[in-house]
Amino acid sequence: MSYCRQEGKDRIIFVTKEDHETPSNAELIAEDPDDPYEEQGLILPNGDINWNCPCLGGMASGPCGSQFKEAFSCFHYSKEEVKGSECIDNFRNMQECMQRYPELYPQEEEKESSPQAESDSGSASAAPSESSTLTPETDSTPGPDNTLPTDNQTVS
Amino acid sequence: MLKCRTVWRKLAPLARASSTVCRQNVRRTGLTHGRLPAQVPAAHMSTGPAGGGRENQLYFLLVGVACVGGGVYAYRTVKGDQLRYQDRIDEIASRQEKFNTEKPDTPSESEPPAVEATETQVVPKPEPQAEPVPEPQAEPLPEEPSPPVPDAEVEAPSETTEPPLEEPVVEAPPEEPAEPHAVPVVEEVGESTPVSLKVPSHTPYLLIGGGTASFAAARSIRARDPGAKVLIVTDEPDLPYMRPPLSKELWFSDDPSVTETLRFKQWNGKERSIYFQPASFYINPEELEGTENGGVAVLTGRKVVHMDVRGNKVKLDDDTEISYDKCLIATGGVPRNLQVMERAGEEVMKRTTLFRKVDDFKSLDKVSRNIKSITIIGGGFLGSELACALGRRSNDSGLEVIQMYPEKGNMGKVLPEYLSNWTTEKVKREGVKIISEALVKSVTFKDDKVEILLKDGRLVKTDHIVAAVGLEPNVDLAKSAGLEVDSDFGGFRVNAELQARSNIWVAGDAACFYDIRLGRRRVEHHDHAVVSGRLAGENMTGANKPYWHQSMFWSDLGPDVGYEAIGIVDSSLPTVGVFAKATSKDTPRAATEKSGTGIRSESETEDTATSPVASSTPAPSVEQNRDDYGKGVIFYLRDKVVVGIILWNVFNRMPIARKIIKDGEEHADLNEVAKLFNIHED
Repeated sequence: MSYCRQEGKDRIIFVTKEDHETPSNAELIAEDPDDPYEEQGLILPNGDINWNCPCLGGMASGPCGSQFKEAFSCFHYSKEEVKGSECIDNFRNMQECMQRYPELYPQEEEKESSPQAESDSGSASAAPSESSTLTPETDSTPGPDNTLPTDNQTVS
Repeated sequence: MLKCRTVWRKLAPLARASSTVCRQNVRRTGLTHGRLPAQVPAAHMSTGPAGGGRENQLYFLLVGVACVGGGVYAYRTVKGDQLRYQDRIDEIASRQEKFNTEKPDTPSESEPPAVEATETQVVPKPEPQAEPVPEPQAEPLPEEPSPPVPDAEVEAPSETTEPPLEEPVVEAPPEEPAEPHAVPVVEEVGESTPVSLKVPSHTPYLLIGGGTASFAAARSIRARDPGAKVLIVTDEPDLPYMRPPLSKELWFSDDPSVTETLRFKQWNGKERSIYFQPASFYINPEELEGTENGGVAVLTGRKVVHMDVRGNKVKLDDDTEISYDKCLIATGGVPRNLQVMERAGEEVMKRTTLFRKVDDFKSLDKVSRNIKSITIIGGGFLGSELACALGRRSNDSGLEVIQMYPEKGNMGKVLPEYLSNWTTEKVKREGVKIISEALVKSVTFKDDKVEILLKDGRLVKTDHIVAAVGLEPNVDLAKSAGLEVDSDFGGFRVNAELQARSNIWVAGDAACFYDIRLGRRRVEHHDHAVVSGRLAGENMTGANKPYWHQSMFWSDLGPDVGYEAIGIVDSSLPTVGVFAKATSKDTPRAATEKSGTGIRSESETEDTATSPVASSTPAPSVEQNRDDYGKGVIFYLRDKVVVGIILWNVFNRMPIARKIIKDGEEHADLNEVAKLFNIHED
């Protein structure tokens, strides 16, 4: 049973698991997925890539940012049978650039997080190096705000 | 010391290479053959019985003239620039030491250009071989009226004034000074070198301040404006770093060299540096203008002292002017001090730490190992975290840790009283002696101890004081820039889009902004710096978005007490707390292990670690005391609307909290709202 007490202006309620079993009747306002003020996920409502998505870490803003953007854009808009198959050169450029900065883009194959959601393993070697940026060294913007990847956004 | 040596080692081959290049260049010009052997004592020369004569005489004449010319030149150089050189070196040595350890490669980069550029100036006649190399270096140096001055080049200007003298001996001396210059240059670089002092005179994006907000803005700008060129100017010697570990994780590290590496291991073993990015991420300020794809350059050790809003430019403490298109002010703040401390005299000041920066961490770490008693004044986030961190240490070292503050309990201004009291007990269990309701009357230094006299007569004797009594936002530029300063919260007054004036934004601790939901406020938390920095960066690239995504903050007080919070969390507001009984699974440690990150705000945005630690959680503890606030949710109300929420030992539910605050609805029964958090689950 829940138990409640008041200490001055502060109210304290203790609840058991059973107390909280019934669904909440608190009303929340419906979310507008196109709200321009909201933090966007990886893909914007108009279909473009959100380069400022924290899920990308520093990929789009680092020294290899432009190569990354080219490669990823090419892949994103690719309409080929094998998605991204015409983007090999872009990905190669990107990888070459990243090899120049081993500190920033560790070369090990680490499979992590959301850029993977968009790009499938077709983007082969590029993808692992993408994801590897989310390792401690480079991704280190602590808590760039925002939405949990699961929060609706049209990621893949 | 070791730093110097490693740097030297790195640079030595380069120095040798560059001086070899010099020598080779000059040799190629075909004039050396007489020169080099001259260095060698004559005895080594095969001046045989007949071998002397005219050839040798000519030889020696040439050499003699060269030496004389070189000698005169050197004398002039030394005399003429001695003072300036020394000043420069002193300034550089003091501020660039840190920077140099982060950028060992860049000094070596600037090295060859430095030395080769020397040659360019001194050998005006196109020497075909020498030219191609220095030529490209001449390129990026358009601005300077005088020849380029990478700092090593202090002596270069005097060289160029020497041409008349050098004409007759034009080839030989350049080599001689070039070589010795290679050496002092390298030595300089070895000591504590500033990578380059060449500052661009214009930058499209200027970020004043090199902290979290600035870095977040830089990243945002670079993501949105392809090829953007961003210049960060900071008066600290360090590249941008994150602050929370300075009072948390770094203290718990087992690594004895942690004060050097500034790396910390999170609960799950994942290691990271406090620096957002290693030095290789950034580019040299002098390269900023020429770089094709743009980049972020950090100018350390410089302070912006004057801002000319009309002319869109700023002036640094060394009188350099930089003009900008868009500017961000992210100057953060300076720790406050108690007035009684300031009046207390030098002996006390020497034994006081105002904790904020990396250097403060290093010195406090060192001090705390060598003293018997330390007192922390201040009961807020920083004070409590440091007290717990030091208290933890006290178990091994026998250090007495005292924490004193005017409130009744730790976090007294944040947590409702019952929770504040509970927290205080926890802090005591971390080994901290708490002196609450303590107002400091005076501080003196007596008998080799610092004596703190409280207003109620209590006397505390200690060896060192840490003052954690708040932050004074840095609004030094407000006057020259003509920007408004907020009288209620302090800081620069900006609108909901963080804009102060047309091309000027402010973010981070220094920004007093309008929050559409919660009203005007100023927030001094890490995540806010990130959120506001990002937003400012977006708005600087044309987004025109208001502050909407609510930032959060968190704190841990030992392994048992951790909370995340969002919105206005002020203990003077009425609160409603809904608690469940905590199991041992609900601790900060478990939360980070699950989410794979020690920086709690990150767990929201990045996927959970691929290898979650399989922690063997012991069975939930039995029968907790009724009044044990193990875990729960606390709502802060203003006019019946929830404006702040604390998630007490309940993790990974921040999005729900954020939603509730965003809605800004009046809820009749907050217990129902609390149900949304599922506090009984993990």
